[in-house]
Amino acid sequence: MRVAELANPSRFLRAANLAIPWLGGATVLLFAFALYRAMLAPDDYQQGATVKIMFLHVPSAWLGMLCWALMTVAALGTLVWRHPLADVAAKAAAPLGAAFTLLCLVTGSLWGRPEWGTYWVWDARLTSELILFLLYLSVIALWRTVEDASRAARAVAILTIVGAIDLPIVKFSVDWWNTLHQGASVFRLGGSTIHPAILAPLLLMAAAFTLLFMTLLLAAMRNEILRRRVRTLRLLQASAAG
Amino acid sequence: MSPLAALLLRDMRIAVRVGGGALIGVLFFLAVVSVTPFAVGPDLALLKRIGPAILWLAALLASLLALDRLFASDHEDGSLDLILTGRAPLELVVAAKGIAHWLTTALPLVVAAPLIALLLDLDGSAEAGLVLTLLVGTPALTFIGLIGAAIAVTLRRGGLLLAIIVLPLTVPVLIFGVAAANAAIAGPVPFGTPFTVLCALTLASLVIGPFAAAAALRLDME
Amino acid sequence: MRLSAVDLACRRGGRDVFSGVSFNVGAGELLAITGRNGAGKSSLLRIVAGLIRPVGGRLWLEGGEPELSIAEQVHYLGHQDPVKPSLSVLENLQFWAAFFAGAIKVDDALELVGLGAIATLPAGYLSAGQRRRLSIARLIAVKRPIWLLDEPTSTLDAAAQHRVAEFMRTHLSEGGLVLAATHSALGLSSIQELSLDRSVRSHAHSDVAGMEQPAAVAP
Repeated sequence: MRVAELANPSRFLRAANLAIPWLGGATVLLFAFALYRAMLAPDDYQQGATVKIMFLHVPSAWLGMLCWALMTVAALGTLVWRHPLADVAAKAAAPLGAAFTLLCLVTGSLWGRPEWGTYWVWDARLTSELILFLLYLSVIALWRTVEDASRAARAVAILTIVGAIDLPIVKFSVDWWNTLHQGASVFRLGGSTIHPAILAPLLLMAAAFTLLFMTLLLAAMRNEILRRRVRTLRLLQASAAG
Repeated sequence: MSPLAALLLRDMRIAVRVGGGALIGVLFFLAVVSVTPFAVGPDLALLKRIGPAILWLAALLASLLALDRLFASDHEDGSLDLILTGRAPLELVVAAKGIAHWLTTALPLVVAAPLIALLLDLDGSAEAGLVLTLLVGTPALTFIGLIGAAIAVTLRRGGLLLAIIVLPLTVPVLIFGVAAANAAIAGPVPFGTPFTVLCALTLASLVIGPFAAAAALRLDME
Repeated sequence: MRLSAVDLACRRGGRDVFSGVSFNVGAGELLAITGRNGAGKSSLLRIVAGLIRPVGGRLWLEGGEPELSIAEQVHYLGHQDPVKPSLSVLENLQFWAAFFAGAIKVDDALELVGLGAIATLPAGYLSAGQRRRLSIARLIAVKRPIWLLDEPTSTLDAAAQHRVAEFMRTHLSEGGLVLAATHSALGLSSIQELSLDRSVRSHAHSDVAGMEQPAAVAP
């Protein structure tokens, strides 16, 4: 089946119903393996075992940004190509991205407290990530406020594309400004600077998070399609009642 | 179910189901606190010192947000006409709507305040004191806001006028709320002194607000 | 019970809407208020409902409950339908029934107006006619002696208009009063008509012909 054929909501539902259990199972297995490897990884000589918050903090940050990138693509799909499932994907993705970003903020905050003496500083990286969280919440609020689905989709699409400017800011904030947050150590020119014993579990956790995201996204898209069908049925019911 | 309880329940149901629900006020609260360091600078020591003031201002603005719809939506669809032909006294009706507004708009702010206070490096007793002042002071903001909402109900751009009317009236609440929150962080004034005055202001507003708002509504309807 | 008015005068937005309006309606009687647009039909009903203060004249009620004002004994059906879209049909009616305290079974009222099948539907899905019928359900669910109806059958189809006439007949036969501002014939033998087109002195007059013979019945 070609991807383009999934544009039909009914076909998508059938494909999703097939895929979700398998994806869910794979997610659980990969998480189990990744957590096992993470537990085995060595402690930091300074921070001790606290450093292992990184295995939650970093992947959730990556997923928070990946999700917004996906929403941006979906926004283009709505505005430019008018793909029928684009706004469904965008609407389903927003709460997931918000959750990942919140997880990143909270884990980072707990991790930073012993070192920095405070739960929060207004440095460039933390602030831009908080802004990303606010952007997610405002997208969710916009979805809920505008009644008509297609008008909401267009408004959200514009907001998403404008908000995408925050993604490079978050990524390069530690380079462009003097921040308390540590510099880039994985995705940088010249290769990563992390020891492989920590890098491998980190990438495994990231893969597990990604699978989790995909599973939840498909499930949320399925729910959204069903929700729209319920709405249509209710409209029919009202007009049939005379 | 008594008429006033039915009104309270209806208003709360509508507030929760419509638009962003109860959380949009919290989002605004968070947004205001988040942009403040861009204006004031990221110096954490400074932010900690003005933290209570920032949070109080943000809570005030967030409370004002939903106020202009309080009477306007009932006025627009004719519900206000029917409410006036009811047998419940208008003052109690207005008070019931005020309580519903506080529960759905201001109380979520109070619940979110401890977390948001962390962003400004307020924790422990400072945070507790601040949250307590917000808990006691936000009803005053709501009930004073009722007066502005009632005055502005028939106007088109009522929201802005409402804010202009209400903001000066809330100044005493703001003064004592911030003073009490600051007293909880560092002496010399004991927390109790400004806090008691804050309680008194709230109690007074619970009475004055509904009476003034009901009078304004009756005048509007003429 | 008797609702009387003498020399009522109304002014809205600096303009004299009407003056010298008098009427006298007893239990079981219907007063049809007619006149061109802008003559003040809605304003007259709003005066009786206590929503507007007249600039002159007197309005009083004999019989009824002495401790209650006239406004507290009326059902006012205005141009608008106070229906909240985010609540269900049933929740809307339950609210008004509870607010006005003293309701018969709300479900029965919904059935009578033909909305029983969609009671749990969010009211935002209703058409204009369905919202009108939901408003009318309120008049059936809560008992009040005086009905003030402002274009009650607007947005309603013929079958629904027939039903509204039935409700009015029942209400009148139970000793209620009805004041209705309407453009269209309600299919009831109009007992009295008050025309606001004559702006100086308007007295309600009995349509004697309507009382003797059965009036043309709307389908």
